[in-house]
Amino acid sequence: MATELLLAASVQGVVQQIVFGIATGGLYASLALALVLIYQAMETLNFAQGEMATFTTFIAWSLLTYLHLPFWLVFPVTIVLAFLFGVLIERVVIRPVEHAPVLTLVLITLGLFAIFNGLSGLIWGYVVRPFPSPFPTTPIFIAGVGLSYQDLGLIGVSAVVLVLIWLFFSRTRLGLMMRSAALYPQMSRLLGVRVGWMLALGWGLSAAVGAVSGMMVAPITVLDPGLMQSVLLYAFTAAVLGGIDSPIGAVAGGVTVGVLLALVGTYVPHAEDLRLVFGFLVIIGVLVLRPGGLFGRAHVERV
Amino acid sequence: MLGANGAGKTTTLRAISGMVKTGGSIRFGGRSIAGIAPEEVARRGISHVPEGRGTLAQMSLLENLQMGSCLRRDRAGIKRDLERVYEYFPWMPQRLAQPAALLSGGEQQMLALARALLMRPRLLLLDEPSLGLAPTVVQAIFRIVQKINEEEKVTILLVEQNARSALRAASRAYVLEVGRIAVSGTGEELARNEAVRRSYLGY
Repeated sequence: MATELLLAASVQGVVQQIVFGIATGGLYASLALALVLIYQAMETLNFAQGEMATFTTFIAWSLLTYLHLPFWLVFPVTIVLAFLFGVLIERVVIRPVEHAPVLTLVLITLGLFAIFNGLSGLIWGYVVRPFPSPFPTTPIFIAGVGLSYQDLGLIGVSAVVLVLIWLFFSRTRLGLMMRSAALYPQMSRLLGVRVGWMLALGWGLSAAVGAVSGMMVAPITVLDPGLMQSVLLYAFTAAVLGGIDSPIGAVAGGVTVGVLLALVGTYVPHAEDLRLVFGFLVIIGVLVLRPGGLFGRAHVERV
Repeated sequence: MLGANGAGKTTTLRAISGMVKTGGSIRFGGRSIAGIAPEEVARRGISHVPEGRGTLAQMSLLENLQMGSCLRRDRAGIKRDLERVYEYFPWMPQRLAQPAALLSGGEQQMLALARALLMRPRLLLLDEPSLGLAPTVVQAIFRIVQKINEEEKVTILLVEQNARSALRAASRAYVLEVGRIAVSGTGEELARNEAVRRSYLGY
């Protein structure tokens, strides 16, 4: 009887951790998706993705705190601002070096990382600030498993974002043009597509997705200029795990990393401090076994 | 347009569509298009089917076709043109979902033609559509190119190594030699021209 209870409790515990893992995994997935969107167009990672998200989350915080606007109004306003902000960065910073070697672009995104981290600190300071949660943190019990509205809300928001992005790219004309511009820039131009603008839209879109991620992370941690740094690391892990050129891979990778970290953090003794190490172990392991990632294409080039 | 390898045929097409920087002037419909970006040249009604066909390999056949009409807003017109394209290429409707990479070389060339037609171009630039294809497929492609020219009233600038078929199809022909037009005339005139016959027709 006692063992049965223990077993039942641990099964519920595991389910609880898995749900929690999917919730945080959704956040990694959103940011990973933002990374993949830019990677597909530029073949480089945007190291500033997390800091851009932090910056826009601070803007959301200001709107909430100083203008006292309701969260669900601030949310879409911030997304739109983040989109414009992403487009602007591409036009001003990336466009002049569009055809530069990948290393140059990497350095520029590292530079943007430093700039936005510094700007956030300069404008809002390094004081840790609470960020209101749009979801009640009260627990609910489903079939004996204790979940929180917050976890379910996070899962819901991530799911909506990911489905919208997927619909945009698979069902709309503009999405098709953006995919084509990313994969076949030369031919797309011959078909009349303004490839440069498609890249700017890509930056806007990924900044918008990053902003969602930031506004969902801030309530469960606290807001400071370092908000997204560990998230970015897990998002990298997720993107590499799923295949850096695959949006579906980013999502699957994000959820996998979230669940694995939750389980490892709970059930492996003292693993809480080793989560970061664990993240890197996953990257290395996947790269050894499947260099293209779980959903990515192995790179074959005709020479 | 005929010419040996390296005569500048492909470069001429690339110059027209803005893919390479040029000196001198290029006029289309009375307006200069020299120095204009490829996407803007395309928007003025010049459709360039490049060497290698420009297949969007990872996309489906349908998506390739949709990219042809991606700038158009006239839904009804697109639908009509798509039906027209399916008349030219009756094998297409059954295979719309297939990745373009899985099509044969001849099918990819037909897809490139179909996609170019959906742009509703005033001028169609074709760079060696017969390259690497079996003789029967080449014949089929030429028939369709000629039909497009006559029925759709699209001007075509055709670059070819396959001189015999090209001269038969062309109303005007040019022989390019190291960047200069060496001979020009109607297709028939060039087919009768002694030098052209020896160099390009092999008799």
